[in-house]
Amino acid sequence: MIRAVLVMNTQGRPRITKFYEFWPVEKQHEAIRNVFSVLCSRAEHVSNFVDAESIFGPDSRLVYKHFATLYFVFIFDSSENELAMLDLIQVFVETLDKCFRNVCELDIVFNYSKIHAILDEIIFGGQVLETSSTEVMKAVEEITKLEAASNAINLVSKSVSNWRSR
Amino acid sequence: MDPILNPFSSGTRLRDMIRAIRACKTAAEERAAIRKECAAIRTSINENDPDYRHRNLAKLMFIHMLGYPTHFGQMECLKCIASPGFPEKRIGYLGLMLLLDERQEVLMLVTNSLKQDLNHMNQYIVGLALCALGNICSAEMARDLAPEVERLLQFRDPNIRKKAALCSIRIIKKVPDLAENFVKPATALLKEKHHGVLITAVQLCADLCKVSREALEHIRKKCTEGLVRTLKDLANSSYSPEYDVSGITDPFLHIRLLKLLRLLGEGDADASDSMNDILAQVGTKTESNKVAANAILYECVQTIMSIEGNGGLRVLAIGILGKFLSNRDNNIRYVALNMLMKAVTADPQAVLRYRATILECVKDADASIRKRALELVYVLVNESNVKPLTTELVSYLETCDQDFKGDLTAKICSIVSKFSPEKIWYIDQMIKVLLEAGSFVKDEVWRALIVVISNASELHGYAVRALYKAFQKSNEQEAFTRVAIWCIGEYGDLLINNVGMLDLEDRITVTESDAVDLIEITIQCHALDFTTKAMALVALLKLSSRFPSCSERIREIIVKYKGNFVLELQQRSIEFNSIIARHQNIRSMLVERMPVLDEATFIGRQAGSLPDAGSISAGSSVSLPNGVAKPADSLVDLLDLNSNDAPAPSSSGGDFLQDLLGVDLSPAAQSGANQTSKSGTDALLDLLSVGSVSGPVESPSAQSNSSAIDILSASKSEKASVSPLDDLSSLSLSSRTTSITGAAPMMDLLDGFASTPPKSENNGTVYPSITAFESSSLQLTFNFSKQPGNSQTTNIQATFINLSSDEYTDFIFQAAVPKFLQLQLDPASGSTLPANGNGSITQNFRVTNSQNGKKSLVMRIRITYKINGKEKLEEGQISNFPRDL
Repeated sequence: MIRAVLVMNTQGRPRITKFYEFWPVEKQHEAIRNVFSVLCSRAEHVSNFVDAESIFGPDSRLVYKHFATLYFVFIFDSSENELAMLDLIQVFVETLDKCFRNVCELDIVFNYSKIHAILDEIIFGGQVLETSSTEVMKAVEEITKLEAASNAINLVSKSVSNWRSR
Repeated sequence: MDPILNPFSSGTRLRDMIRAIRACKTAAEERAAIRKECAAIRTSINENDPDYRHRNLAKLMFIHMLGYPTHFGQMECLKCIASPGFPEKRIGYLGLMLLLDERQEVLMLVTNSLKQDLNHMNQYIVGLALCALGNICSAEMARDLAPEVERLLQFRDPNIRKKAALCSIRIIKKVPDLAENFVKPATALLKEKHHGVLITAVQLCADLCKVSREALEHIRKKCTEGLVRTLKDLANSSYSPEYDVSGITDPFLHIRLLKLLRLLGEGDADASDSMNDILAQVGTKTESNKVAANAILYECVQTIMSIEGNGGLRVLAIGILGKFLSNRDNNIRYVALNMLMKAVTADPQAVLRYRATILECVKDADASIRKRALELVYVLVNESNVKPLTTELVSYLETCDQDFKGDLTAKICSIVSKFSPEKIWYIDQMIKVLLEAGSFVKDEVWRALIVVISNASELHGYAVRALYKAFQKSNEQEAFTRVAIWCIGEYGDLLINNVGMLDLEDRITVTESDAVDLIEITIQCHALDFTTKAMALVALLKLSSRFPSCSERIREIIVKYKGNFVLELQQRSIEFNSIIARHQNIRSMLVERMPVLDEATFIGRQAGSLPDAGSISAGSSVSLPNGVAKPADSLVDLLDLNSNDAPAPSSSGGDFLQDLLGVDLSPAAQSGANQTSKSGTDALLDLLSVGSVSGPVESPSAQSNSSAIDILSASKSEKASVSPLDDLSSLSLSSRTTSITGAAPMMDLLDGFASTPPKSENNGTVYPSITAFESSSLQLTFNFSKQPGNSQTTNIQATFINLSSDEYTDFIFQAAVPKFLQLQLDPASGSTLPANGNGSITQNFRVTNSQNGKKSLVMRIRITYKINGKEKLEEGQISNFPRDL
């Protein structure tokens, strides 16, 4: 299973963190720091795999991809295929790209909860749920619509009540 | 855009907060901003305003991600989940997954909400609840909610079915007993045409197989054929093109299916047989340079290696890995190495064919790949290929990155010591490694080399010449220097006489003074640490005997160090100088060749993860009187390369000394030596590098340390009064003798056989010994002496005698004193007390009386020991101390 998904920028600031196993918050941040210190010392054009057992305990592997100012990091155990995880990062990033049209770090910072909605449609409790970014987009759009609809209702009901109280 | 209309924004305030946090320039500013924000959120929570709940939670999640505590928001999550609106529920469940975890009791409260939402009309709310459950489900929740999830496996909407399938995985992992309920619905899902459902169903089946033996049997019997057919269809044609990745048909489904087949085929010949064809097809037909295709191949190889044997398929699989190894993509090479690692156990010969390629990978620019490759090489090595492989690795050592040298040397050393076919090869390789990367070599390694050399008597000459030749070219590596110095000191005579010349060697001409030159240059080198210099001093001492013509010159070199700031060197210099100058007659015996170090014990100890090294280093460093910290083990390490496991019982220290020096000590001297407790002997043994510390079982390092300190402190205080020629002897003994009242003569150990009459040396007042404690089984006597110049402190030597007819083991003496006294206990001379007074344990301690003259000493004691394993305890109070102590 996938143990954690981390997105951090090239300064080591976490942007999205999701742990699918229990990790105390302090440990999470220690791990993020350790991961970052490994990643930032790696050269360009080397493999995307890093030995993660020292950080995440036995039977853990780490795959990362570097896009512009962001590192996308997946941590998983031996029941997952490393190369497939690399493709899954690609799916995640493609979906973000479709969602925000040329996604950049700021999109992720300010649309924090939407990113989580997307991630939850791709990975579910540490298992791969969906691998087609089109399908993910469909699901996320449905959620967006629903939220918008109920927000609109709220808006109407509020303005109505305001008007009545006047 | 109006923020309220943006469904993913919780109002402007969240954006404002994020901006404010981003604007912080320092960590302190950020903390302050967040503290302020948290305070505001708490107030808002207390006001219990439902309108702001959504926004507060969104902010808390952001704060949580930055690593700040957010536990106060947990109840808000539950409230949000319980509210009817979709956005509230969504943020509530999101918060639940991020801010809470399965260990929190609050989670119990959410079970009911989850149950309702799993039955909700709105399928998106059902989806939210499933997602939350899949992320944080605890065992209790799993039991409560399993029927709901099971029902949802047949839900009309495929998106819910696939989420339910993954949620079931979490449930059966938490409660494996529930697996049997899920087997039927899971296998039913395998017939699905919807891609998402199929892939999750395959995943669920795989996890069912992992948690339950029955499920595995069931799925193997009923589904193997169907799965093979599905894979065949998939391999032949793509049926949902949106899942294809760069032209490769649905790699994710491929991989899942292959994984499940692997579980089914493992340990079952029939099932394995039925999947052979399709595996061969996937393995041969999937051919591309794309990552996705390689992912499938990689999975296929893993399956082939795991299922029941088919030689042809295995060859195919290892062939695929071989191709991977020469792929330009680093990732592919990495997984290939990973996989070959697993394949080694199944078929080492097939993997060995790619030896050359793997060795190339050891030299890769990528650290991850190098590391994997090196590990692989390490497992590939055997007796027949150790030579070429080591040669390759050693030659790479010259050019590799500094970061990698540590790993590489460790592996080379391990390979060499494990598989070396002959000693001469071992010595050659280790010399090369030490020369190239000596600083990365662990201490055990160079010590092991010395042990091996000392054991190979026919190679002594060869080794010392090889080391000498190499040493002339380079002395940059400290570990190498140590080995070279040790060998030159030990086998210097073989060096100059070309003794034991092997056919393959070139003759070299080395004069006596050449060898001394080399060591002199070394000892003058500032970069070397004092341990190496101390070894050089010992080597010089040995050479002074091996090369009598150079003796005077050596003495001059040694004498230079008598004022050295490092006490260890100063001590050695003074002692060795005295040996060379005064004790010609016994020098050759003192510096005789080391007895062969026992290879078996050494290796055994190394295998036992070096317990001795551990205990020694646990002794930490001891601060010496002049403030120089001395590593506790240096003395022991330095000379005692091999055994500090007490060959001589503690009481026979004197005998041992006698043997050692080959002299007949006069009875007085002998008793003196005996009484001076074995610490003194230790010091001497160390000094002469006999290689044996006969310390007490409890703390050998502490013992030898204390003696070293005593010697050194004595050397300071008494230097003025004792003539330099007496240094050695007084150094080792003076501190002891002062602690033995009256009767203890000051013996010059080396002059002992000359008939010096026992001379009483005491510091003024003589205090009578007392019998401090006596019971039917035990007698305890105290001898007193004062420390010169310190009237408050009394040295006490306690002697324990066993009056019973049983041996006492695990003997421990404890003492307690009132506040005006201070007590310092030294380690006891042993922990076993022979029966019938046939021996004694002595223990020294010091009592400082701050009320000296007003109050006399008083002490409570407690003695524990075992008779035939049975604990005994004796206690008492001692108040019969002489008055003026």
